[in-house]
Amino acid sequence: MIIIANLILRLAFWLLLAPLLPGVINKVKAWVAGRRGPPVLQLYYDLAKLWRKGVVMSELASPGFIIGPAVAWVALLSSALLMPLGPAGSVLSFRGDVLLLIYLLALARFSIAWAAMETGSAFEGMGTAREVSYAVLGETAIITAVLALIVHSGSVSLITMLSPAAGAGVALLAAGLFIVLLAENCRVPFDDPNTHLELTMVHEVMILDHSGPPLAVILHGASIKLLLFTLLLVQVVLPVGEMSPFIATGVLAAGVLVVTVGVGLVESLLARLAFRRVPLLLTAAFLLCLFALLVVWKGRGQ
Amino acid sequence: MNETLNLVIGLSMGLNLVAVGSSRLPMLIRAMSLQGVVLGVIPLLLENAQFDWRVVGVALATMVVKGVVIPSLLRRAMRAANIDREIEPFIGFVPSLLLGAGGTIAAVALALNLPLLPEHAKTLLVPGSLASMLTGFILLIGRSKAISQVCGYLILENGIYLFGMLLIQSTPLLVESGILLDVTVGVFVIGIIVDRIQRAFDSLDTRKLTALRE
Amino acid sequence: MNSILLIIVPLAGAVLAAAWPDNRTRPWFLPVVGGAHLALTFWFFIHPPLVTPETWLGFDPLARAVLPVVSLLFLICAIYGLSYLRIRSERPNRVFVASLLAILGLLSAGHQARQLGLLWISTEAVTLAAVPLLHFNNTPRAYEATWKYLLVGGTGMALSLLGSFCLGYASLSGGGNVGNLTFAGLSAQGPELSRPWVLTAWVLILAGYGTKMGLAPMHTWKPDAYGEAPGIVGAVMAGGVTTVAFTAILRVRSVVAASGEGAIVNRTLLVIGLFSILVAALFLLGTRDFKRMLAYSSVEHMGILIIGAALGGAGLWASLFHVWSNALTKGSLFMSAGNIRRAAGSPSMNDVRGMAAITPRSAALFVTGMFAVTACPPFGPFFSELLVVRAGLAAKHSVAIAIFLTCLLFAFFGMTRVVFGIVDGRPSPTTKEQSKKFVETLGVVAPPLILLGLSVWLGLFTPAILRDAWSAAVNQLFPAP
Repeated sequence: MIIIANLILRLAFWLLLAPLLPGVINKVKAWVAGRRGPPVLQLYYDLAKLWRKGVVMSELASPGFIIGPAVAWVALLSSALLMPLGPAGSVLSFRGDVLLLIYLLALARFSIAWAAMETGSAFEGMGTAREVSYAVLGETAIITAVLALIVHSGSVSLITMLSPAAGAGVALLAAGLFIVLLAENCRVPFDDPNTHLELTMVHEVMILDHSGPPLAVILHGASIKLLLFTLLLVQVVLPVGEMSPFIATGVLAAGVLVVTVGVGLVESLLARLAFRRVPLLLTAAFLLCLFALLVVWKGRGQ
Repeated sequence: MNETLNLVIGLSMGLNLVAVGSSRLPMLIRAMSLQGVVLGVIPLLLENAQFDWRVVGVALATMVVKGVVIPSLLRRAMRAANIDREIEPFIGFVPSLLLGAGGTIAAVALALNLPLLPEHAKTLLVPGSLASMLTGFILLIGRSKAISQVCGYLILENGIYLFGMLLIQSTPLLVESGILLDVTVGVFVIGIIVDRIQRAFDSLDTRKLTALRE
Repeated sequence: MNSILLIIVPLAGAVLAAAWPDNRTRPWFLPVVGGAHLALTFWFFIHPPLVTPETWLGFDPLARAVLPVVSLLFLICAIYGLSYLRIRSERPNRVFVASLLAILGLLSAGHQARQLGLLWISTEAVTLAAVPLLHFNNTPRAYEATWKYLLVGGTGMALSLLGSFCLGYASLSGGGNVGNLTFAGLSAQGPELSRPWVLTAWVLILAGYGTKMGLAPMHTWKPDAYGEAPGIVGAVMAGGVTTVAFTAILRVRSVVAASGEGAIVNRTLLVIGLFSILVAALFLLGTRDFKRMLAYSSVEHMGILIIGAALGGAGLWASLFHVWSNALTKGSLFMSAGNIRRAAGSPSMNDVRGMAAITPRSAALFVTGMFAVTACPPFGPFFSELLVVRAGLAAKHSVAIAIFLTCLLFAFFGMTRVVFGIVDGRPSPTTKEQSKKFVETLGVVAPPLILLGLSVWLGLFTPAILRDAWSAAVNQLFPAP
């Protein structure tokens, strides 16, 4: 019974809190620009509105157009359940769960890409190609970061990997993961979530033809992913597992807030990169994680 | 002392990668000059170097020359030529970044196998120096703009300077300052030639320098 | 008298020349300072000062064996330079004259340097001082050549510095006399020098100073630089500047040999020398530009010097002999080639023909010089190369000598092809028109003639005092066991 209650609480946490983050980011951007900006809860209103609307489907599209977003959402939510939440630990934990996490994220990306291709539009195809090619580089960085954590903690399960701080290479790892966070969640300088020009879009152009509940599911899934990466980054950097539960909760919340505000600041202060420069930044992220791995490796030898 | 020293050298290794990965020339020049300044601090950090006014003098001269004089010279050339980007390098930015990173790792691995004196084996002096030299070579070979090549040469020279730190106690100061002088004069000469090339070819792209061949 | 005068006099001359206001009279600094330098050099040559092992700068036997020819060559180039700069009176010569004089002073320093760091500083200062000479013609091609010279030369500079540091580290690891980087001090440390570091140092220094000497495969700057620079600059560089790199290699060689790596050193020298000759011969067969031809010929002769140095005492003696004969002969060739180039307006055999009809004296000198430099008797190079061959046979390197002779033969083919190509035939009308601006005055014909005469004299009647000087240098570098 306790497990089921835990599960439900956790689902509620992810489902309810995740849409808060994009709101915070937008608020920060508005502050920096000197605007009032949309309310923090804007995404909730949007989701509610979209949920009530109907679906417009192309005659060409197969049911994959709707199944894709659904699969992606489920995959993202399942990966969220794998992620430990500081003092609360994780509800599903086993050896090698980190690999499942990576695969679930990949599955989510695949499903969205699939749904995007279903429309048969050239724009969607272009966006998908871009998204997937960024992802290839981003995943290398994530896997390297995970390797660094594995070498550091000597464990392949997320809960033990994330509880101690990442040691000597932590600054490198944090920088690398932050870049990956920006890339994976389609933020500036990789992608501009507010752009309205199809040619320069990456993520937005993939979901151009979705409407109603499928779009709501995609948007909600994206916010879950953002929260997931934020939590990952915070728990890699801070030894949340070594603090008393009460403090840890506070620290975790503060950390998430700091990262979110950071994303907002980056988005306000940086322009997005030219497409051909994106691989360079992602390679830099990979190298940061690689050097973190080497530092950890060398530190372990001594 | 060793910790600070390694941190400083690690910083310079990071700057190598910044230099090799940046397409904007001001960034490249900034990375190169910052590295020069960072390396200028090293003589003061070395464990058994006494605080000797001459060592301080050489350190200060290094910092001024590499951090102020040379970069301002290059910036002037850059403004005169009206370029601030490396558009089409011979070796792309991602490959050269990967090469630089691979070189850095190889340098650390190689230094472990070199017969170094025990007091030098613990520091990053030798790996840092090898990494800078490799980075310099990558820039020299892989870039097409004359200014980028000059920066590559200076980073190469920074690496050699770092290696020279192994000998700081045993090399007479006269030699150190002579070397610094030669490098400075060298860069002045290069600066003049860059300026003349700009006037003669109306460009600083070394791809245009192809009249002489068999 | 102190041999530092040899450095101070030309440098002071350079400063004065730089401050001198008149473009027309400034070239006179060249022969005046050159003459003073030659007089001083010969004074020291005849009365060699005593050099204590630990001094940093000294007129030691090696300097005594080589510096006089540099000084002699410089003076004759300076006399030629007077006429040359009169022809080129449209170009400001302030920097040119000052740089040439600075090179003379720095060369004197480099030849006399007995300390690792000082050697590097002076040789590399020479590299930099030569830059303004290369782009004297102020054409885009000249700047291209200068840029390539700077890039390749700069890299060589960096490598030799790194090599010097490695040698210093070898001494530090050996636990010896810390801070003593004089060659005498390093040699005295001998086998205590850390072996891996000595070998690393040797490779880097050979690459670094080899770049400066123009050994293949680091010779790429040479054809461009010699091809675009005035003839007099080529003469000074091929006869003087490359020599200082050669003595640098010799000095380092003796340290590395003292550490017990003599066999490896000789083998590397032999290989790189043969490779240089081979590359030079192949390019000589292909080039169509007679100034670039001289550059490849210079690469070839640097290879000969290095081969000689690889063959032990007798070979080294022959090499020192060859330094003299090559400097004199090559100097003459560069000057006559410069005359022809100026008269014809182009350095390529595609455009230039029949120069025997237009500039008969320079053409005759050019052909004779070509025979001299390809080792035809009775010129100096014939005798010095013969001695190299004999030393090689005595050292049982018959395969290497066979390659050596074959390459010399190919080089001969290549050079005769180019030289007769431009001298023979009927000149084109454009060449005739162009050549009206150039007059073969005594000032531009006598210096190469004198040099050729000296080359013959050196071959036939090598003075005993010179032979002794070379033997003394060999003794310095190969101390009797």
